[in-house]
Amino acid sequence: MIKQVTRHIVQNEPLLFEQSSPGKKGYQLPALDVPESDPEKVLGRENVRDEIDGFPEVSEFEALRHFTRLSTWNYAIDLGLYPLGSCTMKYNPRINELVARTEGVAWAHPYQPESLSQGCMEVIAALESALAEITGMDAVTLQPAAGAHGEFTGILMIRALLESRGNARKKILVPDSAHGTNPATAMMVGYTVENIKSNDRGMVDLGVLERVVTEDVAGLMITNPNTVGVFEENIRKICATLHDKGALVYMDGANMNALVGVARPGDFGVDVMHLNLHKTFSTPHGGGGPGSGAVAVAKVLTPFLPGPRLKREGDKWHWNYDLPQSIGRVRAYYGNFGVLVRALAYIMAHGGNGLRQATLDALLNANYIRTLLEPYYELAYKAPSMHECVFSDDRQAKHGIRTGDVAKRLIDYGFHPYTVSFPLIVRGAMMIEPTETEGKRDLDAFIDAMISIAKEVEETPELVAKAPHSTRTLRVDEVTAARKPVVRWIPRSTASQAAD
Amino acid sequence: MLAAIGLNSEEDLVSYLASDVRFNGKLAIPDGKSEYEIVDYFKQRAAENALGYSSFLGAGVYYHYRPVLVDTVVSRGEFLTSYTPYQAEISQGTLTSIFEFQTMICQLTGMEVANASMYDGSSAVPEAAMMAVRITRRDKVLVARTVHPEYRQVLQTYTQHQGIPLEEIGYDKKGRLDLDDLRKKLNEDVAAIIVQTPNFFGLLEQLGEMKRLVAAKGALLVVVFTEAAALGIIEPPRDADVVVGELQSFAISPSYGGPYVGIIATLEKYIRQIPGRLVGETTDAAGHRAFCLTLATREQHIRREKATSNICTNQALLALMATVFMTLYGKEGLRELAVQNLSKAHYLAGKLPLRFDAPFFNEFVITANGRSPEEINSKLLEQKIIGGLPLGRFYPELTNCMLLCATEMNKRSDMDAVASAFKN
Repeated sequence: MIKQVTRHIVQNEPLLFEQSSPGKKGYQLPALDVPESDPEKVLGRENVRDEIDGFPEVSEFEALRHFTRLSTWNYAIDLGLYPLGSCTMKYNPRINELVARTEGVAWAHPYQPESLSQGCMEVIAALESALAEITGMDAVTLQPAAGAHGEFTGILMIRALLESRGNARKKILVPDSAHGTNPATAMMVGYTVENIKSNDRGMVDLGVLERVVTEDVAGLMITNPNTVGVFEENIRKICATLHDKGALVYMDGANMNALVGVARPGDFGVDVMHLNLHKTFSTPHGGGGPGSGAVAVAKVLTPFLPGPRLKREGDKWHWNYDLPQSIGRVRAYYGNFGVLVRALAYIMAHGGNGLRQATLDALLNANYIRTLLEPYYELAYKAPSMHECVFSDDRQAKHGIRTGDVAKRLIDYGFHPYTVSFPLIVRGAMMIEPTETEGKRDLDAFIDAMISIAKEVEETPELVAKAPHSTRTLRVDEVTAARKPVVRWIPRSTASQAAD
Repeated sequence: MLAAIGLNSEEDLVSYLASDVRFNGKLAIPDGKSEYEIVDYFKQRAAENALGYSSFLGAGVYYHYRPVLVDTVVSRGEFLTSYTPYQAEISQGTLTSIFEFQTMICQLTGMEVANASMYDGSSAVPEAAMMAVRITRRDKVLVARTVHPEYRQVLQTYTQHQGIPLEEIGYDKKGRLDLDDLRKKLNEDVAAIIVQTPNFFGLLEQLGEMKRLVAAKGALLVVVFTEAAALGIIEPPRDADVVVGELQSFAISPSYGGPYVGIIATLEKYIRQIPGRLVGETTDAAGHRAFCLTLATREQHIRREKATSNICTNQALLALMATVFMTLYGKEGLRELAVQNLSKAHYLAGKLPLRFDAPFFNEFVITANGRSPEEINSKLLEQKIIGGLPLGRFYPELTNCMLLCATEMNKRSDMDAVASAFKN
């Protein structure tokens, strides 16, 4: 059994509020070169606040130590394999960080004159055109801030197109294997959601689909490859079925890392899709964001793109706000520009051939894991895997061990867990996506860990059930957290008064 | 590896894809570039932008100094390259820092609950509107014309198909929400009134009076801010039911409009209606304090079509930047920073014809007497100064006006140059 690590000072870092001392500070402002205003005089006494009660007071070095210590409590792709399915945790090249901080780029104000923003506008134009080429679509908007925001943008455009044809229709179809953002998005655009059941190969069932596609259906939201990592083999027929009834096809591009350079959604019938630049195009997840949910559309949807749009006039870029059919803005300004810079740098570094090679490497890594783990874990579907493979915990469940337990035990072996219990159509799902940036040595170590855990499940299941054993923090009580939510720090004395 | 999986060539990995879905062409993207060439490309793009100018633009995006430590912290791979902290045992760094972020946002805004972040200030506004609609079970939303125009456009985009009618409230002679117009439009159908302070013109709104009117009709008060630095000195919006805003001012570079970080904060009684991720305190199996994502039953990955919002990825790394910024400035510094902004703006405003007569923080509207704002701006550009935002594009009735902003980063000599550009 792996022993508990030794507890030392780095592991007992208090919260900022608990280490504050009155008067400490970590900043220095230049001396004021104008007369100092009296806040009460210029704002009015009633508009001036008291000091910010409870706000931190620490020195610069204390602040640095605090956040550095906290950082050591995190797992990260920089530390090791991060096989979260559907999340595409690949290496984040550091040159992308450097170029995003280039002074004239990082300090560009969104309202500075267009004549002094041509560099930023060129970056946007270059990325739009590269993503249109990769997806095989006609146009791209970079305004959405994340994948779900992109879905929202795409479904709004579908609605706008259908309205322009006289009927917005009522329903969006969503396969039961879809990400939760899909149905939540459809609701925000005023549609009801009809879930459609996948077939025994984990794919959309054409027969079922043909029955539910009526004149009431505005569109289908489909992930391809889907969340079991399988390419929807009938995708052309699926698209045709929707199109025959005047409905549209939205593709969730969360899994685009499997397709770049290999297949283009625009070529196989998709009308609109989003790309997660923070997945496929390597921009860092940063512990949960920022992302960027670029949306690519077929020609029929281009009039409805959110504005403003770039327009070339002579040798200059302009922002065009005159877009009568546009769905409107989904966000202020032009999108998560700093993320766009990073994605463009990634595309430039790879080139067309390099992007395709990355895809093949991602497929190879996933299939390697699948083949070597298949003797030990139950493969959810036999259909060929693309960039990720999905197992179920059927064999482990017989010993009382579920997917969440195996996941926690992986932590003891030095790996981040796979995606747990998703997709929902697989009982006890283990969704593994290694990405192309892992080498054979790390893949083998991960596979060895999974095999070793499979044996532990049979021989010493309690070891797995109580994992992790090696971490600073042991298994966390999420139930109590939700039952009695404490979502901000309150000084102990105040807290006990509040309890009275 | 290919042999291990029984394949001969890597092309076999995609050979099962039907020929009519496979892409057989070559992507029309130039061959891979070296690191040097990429750095050079972006340097060239930067040179096509406004390099070496001083600027008086604000209007939702502000120039504030970014302490060095901010990048030191967020460049750590453990923060930069980790995913959303679903696996609490190996994500305590991110979770703890988000808990500190949530706490500081509450301290700053006077609210009781803040989430882990929103995309930005603009998209947080419709999320607050949707929240108010759920809480009050009413559908109409009133929004002040003094709210950032692009935020209002985003609100319009979000609400258009959700059965949430919007109505705008005008501003009075002093550039603040017109209370008479509010009285007229406020009724029992109204879920919320959305107001920004300091407003788009930089002026402080009269929240106390609004709260009395709104509460009497059972509606909620949603307060927006775009300039977080103001909260170092101005009274926090304690009267609000929901506060949303933008933290770009806290160490996030303008970066041509993003990525930034939005916040949403509210009262404890509305916690189950707040969208997005929340971090809560709990204990681990050894009884030690630990943090985890909580109340996920509000969220899309559990509730799907019944979720409070579709938001998933947020702006965690930017929230961390703001957290480091708030930590470094702290209690004393945030106030000093605010006083510097106040002093700079009032120094400059003192030399110019103000359009509105109401208290302002670091932004104000001036009237360009006899000349167009664009004309004044072109003159300033010759001195490598970017002037203010001409307001005509958002407020046709203010075509002869511009919005100027002065922060701790504007030098007195540049302010004097702006003042003299108006004189001659």
